[in-house]
Amino acid sequence: MWEQIKSNQIRSAALVAAIAVLLLLIGYFLGLYFIGNGIGGLLIAFIIWAIMSLIAYYQGDSILLSLSRARKIGPDDYPRLYNVVEEMKIASGLEKMPDVYIIDDPALNAFATGRDPGRASVAITSGLLQKLNRDELQGVIGHEISHVKNRDVLLMAICSVMLGTIVILAWYASRFLLFGGMAGSRRSSSSSGNSAGMVQIVILAVGLILMILAPILAQLIYYAISRKREYLADASSALYTRYPEGLASALEKLGASTQQLKSANQATAPMYIINPLHKEGIKASDLTSTHPPISERVRILRAMAGGASFSEYEKAYRQVHSSGKGILSTAAVAGAGAVSVRPASLAEPGGVESTSEKMARTREVSDVMLRLNKYRTVDCTCGAKWKIPPGFPDDSILCTRCGRRLKI
Amino acid sequence: MQFWVWIIIAVVVIFLAILAGNYNGLVGLRNQLKNAWAQIDVQLKRRHDLIPNLVETVKGYAKHERETFEMVTNARNLAQKASSAGAAERGKVEGELSMALGRLLAVAEAYPELKANQNFLALQEELTSTENKISFSRQFYNDSALKYNNKTQMFPSNIIAGMFSFKAGEFFEVTVPEQREAPKVSFT
Repeated sequence: MWEQIKSNQIRSAALVAAIAVLLLLIGYFLGLYFIGNGIGGLLIAFIIWAIMSLIAYYQGDSILLSLSRARKIGPDDYPRLYNVVEEMKIASGLEKMPDVYIIDDPALNAFATGRDPGRASVAITSGLLQKLNRDELQGVIGHEISHVKNRDVLLMAICSVMLGTIVILAWYASRFLLFGGMAGSRRSSSSSGNSAGMVQIVILAVGLILMILAPILAQLIYYAISRKREYLADASSALYTRYPEGLASALEKLGASTQQLKSANQATAPMYIINPLHKEGIKASDLTSTHPPISERVRILRAMAGGASFSEYEKAYRQVHSSGKGILSTAAVAGAGAVSVRPASLAEPGGVESTSEKMARTREVSDVMLRLNKYRTVDCTCGAKWKIPPGFPDDSILCTRCGRRLKI
Repeated sequence: MQFWVWIIIAVVVIFLAILAGNYNGLVGLRNQLKNAWAQIDVQLKRRHDLIPNLVETVKGYAKHERETFEMVTNARNLAQKASSAGAAERGKVEGELSMALGRLLAVAEAYPELKANQNFLALQEELTSTENKISFSRQFYNDSALKYNNKTQMFPSNIIAGMFSFKAGEFFEVTVPEQREAPKVSFT
């Protein structure tokens, strides 16, 4: 496990450095073009990036959580979810219990955030909570906890901030070059000599190419990092839960959903367990760039016949891809011993779930959401349960089932 | 003369660095192992605490299952008594307790009213989760023990382990075979 993290860190550092170089190059050319000083532009790009990084580092998790309108829950609000998170915390050997959040959204998704394992949060949509049984929920939470454990969250935050800076710089610069920039360049070329004009044109050309290519290139690098991280998180989830089928069937349910998460955007997409930005109506499994295709992830997990270890995941990955190239680092695969898969938990014999159980779970989750939204419940003697929204003006309601007047 | 002094100093420094690195590594792993054991301990205690409540709740609906209640209570008392014993001994008594608990929950299946009781459902969720936490913390403990034991037996850290008497860690296995298999359910 540790070996995987270490080798990942080296590779990730190289990729992060590549994005950083791109960012600084953009800054350099912008500076050369607009203020006639490459180093100055480089400094400006660096300062913008530093400020954004600092914000992302210290406030990133709270910004992300409040943007997605997540609500923090305690052990008594929803014991099943809280317990599953705690189980995965124990299995992964994480030292501190992450905060648990619920997003009130019918879309199916989950994410982890926090700059280090000591300050982490896990968030899950209420839609997903309704859909998953205990084993599947465990698989999903295991995936998220391993993002925390492998420090993916911080890395992805750093990368997405750099990517964001590049995109912003390139966007504004290209607008300036196309519209405002022309006048400026004419003025400066008339004042200086012919050779200086040539230099200007070269800089303009290189700058333009860079403006177009850099965001694409940065995005490609970004996707390369995040895809690899997803595979590793899947492998870790299987190892923690000792039950690859749980995550596999959860991913299947996630992939079949056509609902889009309202509060996600391009920058936060890699944080989620599946890409939240698939088009409305299109299956989530079709359009995925920050994440490997869901069908493939499911196939790999299902192909883990002989156990739940990293080496088994590696074998399954090769089998699915029918190529010699693996996905996890060799040190990690060699370091892990044989790990056997546990049977399905008691609640779901044979994996078949009755509709009444599904109904009960849906009702349970919606009750939790109502409680979190400060609804009050009044029980009528006829057996009906009335949910009263906060700020309800009257002090009594009429039970429409039996006609009694109920005091609140 | 000068040259040889420097060589000797360098060798001593490198030797001390290796010694310190290995020693610190061993201490780190031993602490991780202790911490992992404490985790198991917390969860086992939690299970002991949950059982009287569970037994009382089930008793309210299923009065005739006295044999099962006694078995669970006895297993719990035995497990509680063994709570300061070593990993191997505890694994045995806790395994028996797991089996008795499985029997109790199977009994509860036969009483629909009990299964609708909110209190029972909450207890069942707690118990399920505690069982999971026990097995996950055991999983992590055994991984840690393996890593620590490897370190104490491999060269060159085994020399340091011998010098400062780092003892090999005991694995925690739940030794009742029935507990390892999923219950078979048939609807015939």
